[in-house]
Amino acid sequence: MTKKTECLAMLLAGGQGSRLGILTKHIAKPAVPYGGKYRIIDFPLSNCINSGIDCVGVLTQYQPLELNDYIGNGAAWDLDRAGGGVHVLSPYQQIKGTEWYKGTANAIYQNIHFIDRYNPEYVAVLSGDHIYKMDYAKMLTYHKEKDAACTIAMLEVPWEEASRFGLMFVNDDGSISEFEEKPKNPRSNKASMGVYIFTWKKLRQYLIDDENNPNSGNDFGHDVIPAMHAAGERLFAYRFDGYWKDVGTIDSLWEANLDLLNPKVDLDLSDDSWRIYSKTPAAPPHFIAEGANVENSMISEGCYIGGEVDYSVLFSNVTVEPGAKVRYAIVMPGTVIKAGAVVEYAIVAENTVIEEGAHVGNSPEELKDRLDDWGIAVVGENITIGKNAAVAAKQMIDTDVQEVVS
Amino acid sequence: MRASNVLGIIYSSIYDEALPELTHVRTMGSVPFAGRYRLIDFPLSGMVNCGITAVGVNTKSNYRSLMDHLGSGKPWDLSRKHDGLTILPPFDLAGNGGIYRNRIEALQSMMNYFSFANKEYVLFCDSNVVCNIDYEAFIDGHIKSGADITIAYKYGQKPKLQNLMTLILDGDKVTKALTNDNDGAEKNFSLNIVVMKKQLLERLVSAAVATGADSFGRDIINAHCDTLDIRGCKIDEFAFVIDSMQAYYDVSMKLVSGDYQKLFKRDLPIYTKVRDDMPAIYGINSKASNSLIADGCIIKGTVENSILFRGVRVAEGAVVKNAVVMQDSLISEGASVNCAVLDKNVVIKPGKALSGADTCPLYVAKDSIV
Repeated sequence: MTKKTECLAMLLAGGQGSRLGILTKHIAKPAVPYGGKYRIIDFPLSNCINSGIDCVGVLTQYQPLELNDYIGNGAAWDLDRAGGGVHVLSPYQQIKGTEWYKGTANAIYQNIHFIDRYNPEYVAVLSGDHIYKMDYAKMLTYHKEKDAACTIAMLEVPWEEASRFGLMFVNDDGSISEFEEKPKNPRSNKASMGVYIFTWKKLRQYLIDDENNPNSGNDFGHDVIPAMHAAGERLFAYRFDGYWKDVGTIDSLWEANLDLLNPKVDLDLSDDSWRIYSKTPAAPPHFIAEGANVENSMISEGCYIGGEVDYSVLFSNVTVEPGAKVRYAIVMPGTVIKAGAVVEYAIVAENTVIEEGAHVGNSPEELKDRLDDWGIAVVGENITIGKNAAVAAKQMIDTDVQEVVS
Repeated sequence: MRASNVLGIIYSSIYDEALPELTHVRTMGSVPFAGRYRLIDFPLSGMVNCGITAVGVNTKSNYRSLMDHLGSGKPWDLSRKHDGLTILPPFDLAGNGGIYRNRIEALQSMMNYFSFANKEYVLFCDSNVVCNIDYEAFIDGHIKSGADITIAYKYGQKPKLQNLMTLILDGDKVTKALTNDNDGAEKNFSLNIVVMKKQLLERLVSAAVATGADSFGRDIINAHCDTLDIRGCKIDEFAFVIDSMQAYYDVSMKLVSGDYQKLFKRDLPIYTKVRDDMPAIYGINSKASNSLIADGCIIKGTVENSILFRGVRVAEGAVVKNAVVMQDSLISEGASVNCAVLDKNVVIKPGKALSGADTCPLYVAKDSIV
């Protein structure tokens, strides 16, 4: 007999994040490093524990190794709990055969037994790849007040971006009158954040019905929620107005990191009352050597900075040798940037070596005559960019680049 | 050999009186050090890194901050069903209220713990010795040599600590252990890192207690130089004994002048309780050099030759030089701090200027507002 859980969270963490290219070659998108010491999944996991949700299922599918290893027993998030805690849920073999998670709704459907073990009244379905701080407890209170079957967190986005989102039309009482999925000409700017709270009894039935419907794509946004809407269930929108970012592309990942350096951006990671937890490597404080120059940057423990760092985010154990320059760049753990190398407008993945005199990325000013060629340069993990070699803007490199002999 | 057959014992409070300012509200073991650690992290991580799975931490008084820091021992991988971390609070045997007066009484209070520990050897460390040595090699050397007791020592000016042993050596054999030779000369002084068989320890302590002996150096080591095979093991790498506020300040300054790389090694990590701070943030026009800076700091001013602990804020126009600034302290706009040790949660108000000298660092107590 397990103790009763009021609200259980299911975190969808199986996505590949194909638009992140080589950064998600070996890891699922929620495991992508972000913000100097975090991975994207730290945000929803920390939100859960800070909101009082201590039973979380993490649904994995694409490249789960690193994610499983990272989550471990959940102790980093205080989610190593008796009668709850974090559970990694991968697709499994069943009598009727082996099935991958066909869609977001199917992923939950395949884990109905897991949810039933905890017998929750409510289930929060969360996306594992967004950066935001949100109190799900407040949303749950709202859900109960409205006696809703489903509450969807909603964010007002700039009109010019609205066509990228699933949009909602909301009545004065907060109920949702209509949905529109990524329309060309949006008539609403109220976007779904991919954060749902369901009354479990209701959702359970809709998941079974959805599974029995051969025409369904087994997706929440496309199938289950429209079905609930069509059946006249009480669907409500819960307004959220903090920072929220989908880091689905290289550009947005780069921007979201640099957002942390912008005091105007509403994402305070130093807030004691809402800590974002992560697994911390055992590294000493970072060292800024004589002659180094660091401005507008975020630097993690274990780094050694001898060169110039401006407007950049450096993860743990990064070395920037004297004479190296790092500008407008994101450098992931363990990477070494040697003397005289320049890394700018770039993302460099883990444990890579940028040899002396190499040049990664270009500034937009440099390419101002052909701005279409400009973009963030990306260097993959565990590779070497040889001496004096160049990686141009927008390039994505996942194999060693040979030294250039001048 | 991984030292799984060794019991580790750390004295958290043995020289508290040497550092009265910093140990006023805590033990030596819980004195903050090197930006994100407490002194006990060094012996504790060293023991864990060499394969020790059972560690007893001996305490005396004011050990609440130590308990808060150690918790269940999880950060050191010592939260275990079998073995693990044990905090050994004062134990009243001698009718002294449990507050031991010397190392022999401390040992006596732990006899019960020794008898239950299913280990062949015991390794002792003090909390005021900052080093990151390979204890595995130290213990292996002891076993291979066939010695009864091995004591790690260093050559240099002897720290001013009561009863600290000077080892008189013939080769690596200890022929005498002096305890009251505080003449300031350079000599081979003990780092109080000692290994011996548990059985021998129990025998020596029982005998010492029976005769009312009160000095580990004189009555246990020196008294047995002829009858036991006692050896010294010279430590040439970074090892620093904190015997005063000045020494605490000096070793901190040594770290920022480059020695931190000798203390922090990738293959021998130092573990500590994590605080889940964000990475440090540097603002526009911030200037930093020769400094160790921990997570959670926000730097908008100037920092030189300093150690900033987690969550320290240096505001616009503030200048911090040659200083150790502990957790969550704030240096306000236009203030300056030079040659100082600021304890936790200190606030330096705007425009205030504080300065000590490198031979006499200024200490500002915890929670002070200047």
